[in-house]
Amino acid sequence: MGTKAFWLATTAAVLIVFAASRLVTNDYVFFAGYVVLQYVVLATAWNILGGYAGYINFGTSGFVGIGAYSTVVLHKLVGPPIPVLILVGGIVSGAIGLGMGYLTLRLRGVYFGIATLAMAIVVQTLVTNWDFVGGSRGVYIIRPAHVPFIGGYIQYLFLVMLVLAAVAVAAARTIERSVFGFGLAAIRDDEQAAEVSGVPTLRLKLIAISVSCGLMGMAGAPLPYYVTYLDPASAFNLGYTANTIAMPLIGGTASWVGPVIGAIGLATIQQVSTVTISSALNLLIVGVLLLICVVVAPNGIVGLVRGKRRRAGRGG
Amino acid sequence: MADDLLSVDKLGKRFGGFVALDGIDLTVRAGERLGLIGPNGSGKSTLVNCLSGTLRNDSGTVRFDGNLLNGLAAHRRTRLGLARSFQLPKPFRSLTVVENLRVPLYYSVNARPGAPHLAEAAVGERCRELLRLVGLEAKADRQPQDLTQIEMRKLELARALAAEPKLLIADEAMAGLSNSEVDNILALLMRLGDRGIAVILIEHIMRAVISFSQRLVVLVAGRKIADGDPHAVVRDPEVVRAYLGE
Amino acid sequence: MEVSLDLLLNAVVSGVLLGGFYAAVSVGMAISFGMLDIGNIAHPAFIILGSFTAYILNERCGVDPIVAGIIVLPFFFLLGAGIYQVYHLAFERRGETAFIGLAFFFGILFIAEVGLILVFGVDYRFVDAPYIGPSLHLGFVDLPLRMLVPCLVSLVLIGLLQLFISRTFIGRAIHAVSQDAGALQLMGVRPSRVKLYAFSLSIATAALAGSCLIIIQPVEPSLGRDYIGRVFAVVVMGGMGSLSGMLIAAMALGIVESITATFYGPSWSPAVAFGFLLLTLAFRPAGIMGR
Repeated sequence: MGTKAFWLATTAAVLIVFAASRLVTNDYVFFAGYVVLQYVVLATAWNILGGYAGYINFGTSGFVGIGAYSTVVLHKLVGPPIPVLILVGGIVSGAIGLGMGYLTLRLRGVYFGIATLAMAIVVQTLVTNWDFVGGSRGVYIIRPAHVPFIGGYIQYLFLVMLVLAAVAVAAARTIERSVFGFGLAAIRDDEQAAEVSGVPTLRLKLIAISVSCGLMGMAGAPLPYYVTYLDPASAFNLGYTANTIAMPLIGGTASWVGPVIGAIGLATIQQVSTVTISSALNLLIVGVLLLICVVVAPNGIVGLVRGKRRRAGRGG
Repeated sequence: MADDLLSVDKLGKRFGGFVALDGIDLTVRAGERLGLIGPNGSGKSTLVNCLSGTLRNDSGTVRFDGNLLNGLAAHRRTRLGLARSFQLPKPFRSLTVVENLRVPLYYSVNARPGAPHLAEAAVGERCRELLRLVGLEAKADRQPQDLTQIEMRKLELARALAAEPKLLIADEAMAGLSNSEVDNILALLMRLGDRGIAVILIEHIMRAVISFSQRLVVLVAGRKIADGDPHAVVRDPEVVRAYLGE
Repeated sequence: MEVSLDLLLNAVVSGVLLGGFYAAVSVGMAISFGMLDIGNIAHPAFIILGSFTAYILNERCGVDPIVAGIIVLPFFFLLGAGIYQVYHLAFERRGETAFIGLAFFFGILFIAEVGLILVFGVDYRFVDAPYIGPSLHLGFVDLPLRMLVPCLVSLVLIGLLQLFISRTFIGRAIHAVSQDAGALQLMGVRPSRVKLYAFSLSIATAALAGSCLIIIQPVEPSLGRDYIGRVFAVVVMGGMGSLSGMLIAAMALGIVESITATFYGPSWSPAVAFGFLLLTLAFRPAGIMGR
């Protein structure tokens, strides 16, 4: 897909989804759609570091929580509009990601992975102990019932997440095709060879983690307004981490298409099955899918399709 | 001397209690072809790693083209014009052969301060040139996993050359190749000398080192024991003893 | 705030006991991550599994939790063997270990946690044993038996493992595989065979560590997460493969955590481990015992 075609298609997709949403009267569709789009952002963001540079981040829940709680703090202090909250959530989350990266990205990838997991748990501890944001009791956020020109608040949140998803996907695609993306691919394949080819590996990794974690924080920032009651256990839910790793791995990590396919597919299945079966069972399915995928199809659905095409091409 | 491209002064490196390099002095002139030999574990690889910035030396200094390299990250050294190839080829496996060459062109040649920036078309032209030089034009769009052993070595050399080095350190670029393949790589390295690129060749195959080198350096147990005309060095009793045992 | 001496002394003593227990929790990962370079982040989940098996045996059959841990030890060993087989076939043999292997273990962690929630719910479970409750009193120092017993079990476990690794052939092979797998191959020993034993052993320790955990505190399925940071901090600080370094690091963490909990409140404990971990990664990645 050419760049022009990509932008046309993305804009068209956003407009069509938005237009279609005007016809829907059932609010549940917006609640479910918001979650699916949120996962498109998270999976795409994760893949910028995980898929392109090969560093697995186990701290998604931490960065979502940071974004969500930065909103809680701002909401209590000033109460700015959502786009400002998203921006601030992104900056805070990106800055913390940068700091983590600076300490752990010079070491082997395993250290980075485990440190991110530990980080998520500790940020949760800090928030749990912070009375200003409600501590372990959680906090209620009162949101306006209506937004001018758009309608119900959930429609507005859905729209915000739709735009954010388009921005995230566009960012990932731009990175993928840029000189920066080339450098990340070199790092993923062989870090030592990348370094002696002139790639400033640490700097590239730090940029990647800042963008990745920034986008995660942005995805988390509207969360308090979505749930209206937020507590540390739900903001820092490990399910975010599991889903965000599973989606790109299931879809394929090599290009921006994989995480989008994985997120839409898996999140939709979950949204449907949460209604029909229990949510714990639903998470179990994610775990099992993740396991099967890393063991059997390490290149995801996109990899399977490409592999088939390549084999067919050689045979023919 | 002022006209030395590389000058290494009393370079030392230890791993815990083990002294890997002990006061190495070494110079390379611009365009010179230098052979570096030594038994396994003599410190050749450690020396290469200290020069290219993969390891930090504990003592001594490395100067290259008027710059003090101590403490400089590997990618900065490559940008200054000191490139290396690896003993075991380390291609970027998810990129095609031609894309492998783009990495140093983007990140080394185009990242050089003050140097003209190559446009996309010029980068493509440069890639084709390099592929022609090493004889991999036909494989430009293949994945590294489709290459044979010798093609992999050629890709490794081409990638190092893409950084436009003034000095290339070729770490055992010929190990495990057949006689005719060795000649093939040797001819390629000779052509670099004609272009004014200095080469440090680290090699076990004596025939290749002797015919290639203008000067030969021998490392044994982390120390330099000989440095001079290749034919004289290989007859040096100390070198013979180190190689053949007592 | 008045820092009274007996409060501080009590905090240090209970920190030592806590540290001993942390050593039991970490020893498995010191073997799998420290010696074998297998980033088993699911290790705490296996410990919780151990707690729940101890809970079942205690609740249904009245078995002492420590004895229960010893009973299920062989089963955990087999479980570890099974997991290593999959890990080896899927990742090690293909040559892609660290990164994608972590995702594998994360999947296991997640499945174990959600599976336990499905079976047992999110309630806290606890065990009965004669040593839960009473304390020894030495002067003004309290030694709660529910802390002392796990600490002693842990020290015995680590002592036996240290003997095993230094005295037996397979133990020395495990040590060798952490140094240089290639050399081991030259000696005619298959590294994957040795790793299979070592990894199984590391999971087996989780059975006893789980018993210790449920003696010390009530357990719910997602409690294991609190230990991921601690375990990793202890193993890295201890200098990866070294059991004695690991023990010292565990004690240090236990003492600092205990002092923090005494003077600032227990809810801050997980943050202490993370602070430890970040400082270690930033300044001494080779561990406190490293060069």
